[in-house]
Amino acid sequence: MIDAENLTRKFGDLTAVDNLTLHVNEGEIFGFLGPNGAGKTTTVRMLACLISKTSGTAKIGDYEIGNRADQQKIRRIIGLVPDNVGLYEELTAYKNLDFYGRYYKVDEAKRRERIEYFLKLLGLWEKRDLAAGTFSKGMKQKLAIARALIHDPQLLFMDEPTANLDPEASKTVRDFILDLKKEKKTIFLNTHNLDEAQRICDRIAILNTKLMALGTPAELERSISGRKTVVQLESVNDAIVSAARRVGMGNVEAVEGNKLMIGVDNPEKDNPDILNAIFAAGGRIQFVTEASSTLEDVYLKLVRSQ
Amino acid sequence: MDLQNAWSVASKDFEIFKRRKGVLYATIAFPLGIALGFPGVLVAIESVAGPGTISASVAPFLNAFSFWYVIGAASLPTGIASYSIVGEKVQKSLEPLLATPMTDSEILLGKSIASFVPPIAAIWASSVVFMVLMDLITHAGLGYLYYPNWSFGVILLVLAPLASILSIELTVILSARANDVRSVQQFTGVMFFPFLIIYVMTEIGVIQLTTINLLIMSGIFLVIDLLLFYLSTKTFKREEILTRWK
Repeated sequence: MIDAENLTRKFGDLTAVDNLTLHVNEGEIFGFLGPNGAGKTTTVRMLACLISKTSGTAKIGDYEIGNRADQQKIRRIIGLVPDNVGLYEELTAYKNLDFYGRYYKVDEAKRRERIEYFLKLLGLWEKRDLAAGTFSKGMKQKLAIARALIHDPQLLFMDEPTANLDPEASKTVRDFILDLKKEKKTIFLNTHNLDEAQRICDRIAILNTKLMALGTPAELERSISGRKTVVQLESVNDAIVSAARRVGMGNVEAVEGNKLMIGVDNPEKDNPDILNAIFAAGGRIQFVTEASSTLEDVYLKLVRSQ
Repeated sequence: MDLQNAWSVASKDFEIFKRRKGVLYATIAFPLGIALGFPGVLVAIESVAGPGTISASVAPFLNAFSFWYVIGAASLPTGIASYSIVGEKVQKSLEPLLATPMTDSEILLGKSIASFVPPIAAIWASSVVFMVLMDLITHAGLGYLYYPNWSFGVILLVLAPLASILSIELTVILSARANDVRSVQQFTGVMFFPFLIIYVMTEIGVIQLTTINLLIMSGIFLVIDLLLFYLSTKTFKREEILTRWK
């Protein structure tokens, strides 16, 4: 759905996005993480044809950003939920959606049908005739999402959709994003919320002007420190540690009390041999668990390393 | 350019305009004040001094007074235009609007229509009231119907729309540098003074508001409008709005 190659944007001497190369698959929820000023919003604005690129190429579907003839076509197949919802506060919820339907040339009958569908789905139908300015933050966020979907886009850019929402409203929005995935929509999610990214994103990119990492949440978690097996024993002695080391597949990285932290490349294959070796050395195994870095560890390490 | 898109933007702004009572009342009050104010003063004076005492000699002042419609046309759209552009900027509703398939020109045209139509409609409607009242008051003294006449026709149909367009384009340009509606209105309020100076010069007879002079003035406004149109289209671009506007 999105193919970007060496996408770069400079503002004078400042490089906001530096040689970004990424591919977003159709129907996936793609998380885009990065600190403030990392270039996330600039990337979305370039991909949404709101601002121009300095160099590189990017395609949305079959259309190329920067190509004048393709710009309108790209805007037709994308929806945007900006970080500031930007509703017309004086207008009713219904009118807010109705005008956007008109901007996208959704015919009247279809517009009415889709407005009713989204407002009911998001629990706003009863409040359709109230001014958007009277809504809570959560309700406004839901309305902004409905607005971005009124023309049935294939790709939805969402910038911090759950920021400043209470836990219940955040969950509603997250569940709705997961529902959109079932409808084969592609979601490009800018977020600071690592927990949210881990829970709902199929893949995640970490940006800090440059692309720092890209992969599934599990791949990213492993990318920093690899996979680890933690073996808790009744007691640990040198013979047990040596036995675990002799197996050769694992690397005993730490001994913390009665726990052995063993780095393994392929735990599904190597763990039985490691455990047998420990057992043979007289180790009495209490628990075996897998430990890996959290997404937060990965994120902080990458961002601080630059 | 798709005019339907421009009209969709204008329709939304009309809808918001209806809900902003302060701007709505100001748009109606000023032209209505002109339409009722001057005739009201004449009636009041004649009720004291006797019927026909002033109305017979009021013709030269009437012509100059008509220029208030140009002043109104220049000042009224700034209220709507500043809300329409800076208001959206402050509400952060410009970005989703710019993400739609509409072109910059369609959005700008839509906003210009929304800022242009209500004040001009109010001015034209009030001018009918003004003409009828003034004819009723002055007919006996003058012996003929002063309105309608060519000069007032040029003022209403040419000069007032051009003055209105001028103020809208200036508002668009200033919107790029302003952070709130009030500061734009203060800047555009300065525009009131050149028009006021022209008005005073007409009242003291330095400038005669003959049809020819009004057409010359219209030509000058047209040139300024074209220049400002060029600058406003340069200013109202997605890229500019999102990266350079304050």
